[in-house]
Amino acid sequence: MRLLPTPILAYFAIMAALPLFMGTSGLFYDAFQAIFVFSLVGLGLNVVTGFTGLLNLGMAAFMAIGAYTFAILTSDIYPFQIGFWWGIVATVVIGAVAGFLLGAPTLGLSGDYLAIVTMGFGEITLDVLKNLDAVTKGTQGINPLPRPTFGSWTLELQQERGWYWLLLGFVLLAVLAVRRLERSRSGRAWLSIREDALASQCMGIPPKRTKMIAFSTGSALAALGGALFAALLSSTGEPASYDFQVSILALCIVIVGGMGSVAGTLVGAVVMVGMNSLVLVKLADWAGAAGVGGASNVLASPNNWKYLIFGLALILVVRLKPDGLLPPRLEGGSG
Amino acid sequence: MEWVDFFLQQLITGLSNGMIIALIAIGYTMVYGIIELINFAHGDLFMLGAFLALTLLGMLGLGDWSGASAWAAVVIMLIASAGFCGALNWGIDRLAYKPLRSASKLSLLVSAIGASFILVNLGLFWGGLPMDVFAGGVAAAAPKDFPALVPNTNLLGEESLVQFTPKDVLVWVVTVPLMIGLTWIVTRTRLGKAMRATAQNPVAARLMGIDTDRVIGATFLIGGALGGFASVIYSLYNNTISFQMGYRAGMDAFTAAVLGGIGSMPGAVAGALVIGLVRSMSDAYLETRWTNTIVFGILVLILIFRPSGLLGSRVKEKV
Repeated sequence: MRLLPTPILAYFAIMAALPLFMGTSGLFYDAFQAIFVFSLVGLGLNVVTGFTGLLNLGMAAFMAIGAYTFAILTSDIYPFQIGFWWGIVATVVIGAVAGFLLGAPTLGLSGDYLAIVTMGFGEITLDVLKNLDAVTKGTQGINPLPRPTFGSWTLELQQERGWYWLLLGFVLLAVLAVRRLERSRSGRAWLSIREDALASQCMGIPPKRTKMIAFSTGSALAALGGALFAALLSSTGEPASYDFQVSILALCIVIVGGMGSVAGTLVGAVVMVGMNSLVLVKLADWAGAAGVGGASNVLASPNNWKYLIFGLALILVVRLKPDGLLPPRLEGGSG
Repeated sequence: MEWVDFFLQQLITGLSNGMIIALIAIGYTMVYGIIELINFAHGDLFMLGAFLALTLLGMLGLGDWSGASAWAAVVIMLIASAGFCGALNWGIDRLAYKPLRSASKLSLLVSAIGASFILVNLGLFWGGLPMDVFAGGVAAAAPKDFPALVPNTNLLGEESLVQFTPKDVLVWVVTVPLMIGLTWIVTRTRLGKAMRATAQNPVAARLMGIDTDRVIGATFLIGGALGGFASVIYSLYNNTISFQMGYRAGMDAFTAAVLGGIGSMPGAVAGALVIGLVRSMSDAYLETRWTNTIVFGILVLILIFRPSGLLGSRVKEKV
């Protein structure tokens, strides 16, 4: 078995080389750093929804848990200060535990009830983060956060190329891990549960435990994405940065890319997040330059079309291309 | 006794809000009963109904509304919003759900989430209309004031500490007859019989000559219309609307439907009254900022421990 199939290798080769041609455009780095963060969240959701067929509408909550765990464990205003790398390790572990704790009582629920529970969990998490301001600093968010160090060298915030490659490296690790898991005993159990829960139970696959492993894996990846998002900004941001819309963005990535396809998730993240943080921002610039923008006309601000684009993306893909842009090839695992 | 007055006040507010939630909750429960879809877009449909009502009011002129003319305006808004939301809900079913009848339930739910986002965006655009009622449409995303057509005078006398206003009367006068009418439709008419048959077993219903597509369409139409009625009384009761209110209202109503046992109409009403009371009591005796957490907490706990709801029959769960 080759380590990675050609399309995924090509993706990483292109992505790794891209900064060499892009100069120092701030917009480019902002957009691609967001794309990589959401690739991690998307890969997590792909394990839960794509491989295992469970709809999780609370991915933003796990991102938030990751961001705040990382912040509390590493920021100077708290006594722990365990540093960037241990902070990342701890975040992944706590993300998995959080997924386990939410999954344990709820994974027996049928499809759409599970979706609603995860959505409710997302709302509760947001409110708790907002209201427990003694710990979470409320709407200010926790900041500043430490920067990653490599030996004696520190990656500073303004070194955008370094952050770009660091995040890309995390995406590569996540892809390797997810593909490894997919071909493991657990991974085969995920797919079989998705295809036919009853039949796979008859074959001796424990449904609950299989779902729990998928759920914890997905949560851990989302938490990792959240921690890196916070590290990148050196702040958790306000709790509202992890609202329902973020969970839906993650869902759009997986649905548009192709459920159950790792390569699809990577492409979905480029398409959806790129739309969100590159195309819309660029359009806003042009609209401003052409003088049609401004606060006076709601239609002239491209950012105001975001919900419409997400909504149409979901409906059209489900209707016209239910397998997404890059559907998984069942015979050889995900393409 | 001051605390008794205070408690009675929360009771009145809670029950009135509960009745509004109930109208929305019935829309969820009817659709779920018939095609097992959580119609995510329903709350946002309700939001658009409120925007239509405010637009109509702007077109009628924002003069001095009082007495008979105010009540006439209320009736016009109720009819228009109900018709609009009913037709829109029917159209959403046609465009976004009907092509997916044989697809997986996951696809259907995703399509509903998509529809919900589109409606939210339309609400945002709508708020940017250059009309006086939308403050010229300058700040499209800002909450909009809804004129107080129904007075806030206390019917129990000026000196009473408990407020019972014409707004509360309006809520009950609109919701109770609607619920009675709906019960009559579902239990006594041919359409109602066809709806119950389709909900029980769509294949058998089709074999018996029932045009299930028409029945499902009618369900969306009726559920949507109830949401439209709810949007008008909600706006007159709370006097402020926003393009984001559908999400909250939808979650409250959905929680109510699940609490009462999804698929059951009396359950939806009972659940909604409970949610209304929980909201008002939590606002009054705990802290407002924790109220949402409490409502969502109830939703999660009910789903975990009693997914069939308080009044629902025990559903046999598939593996």
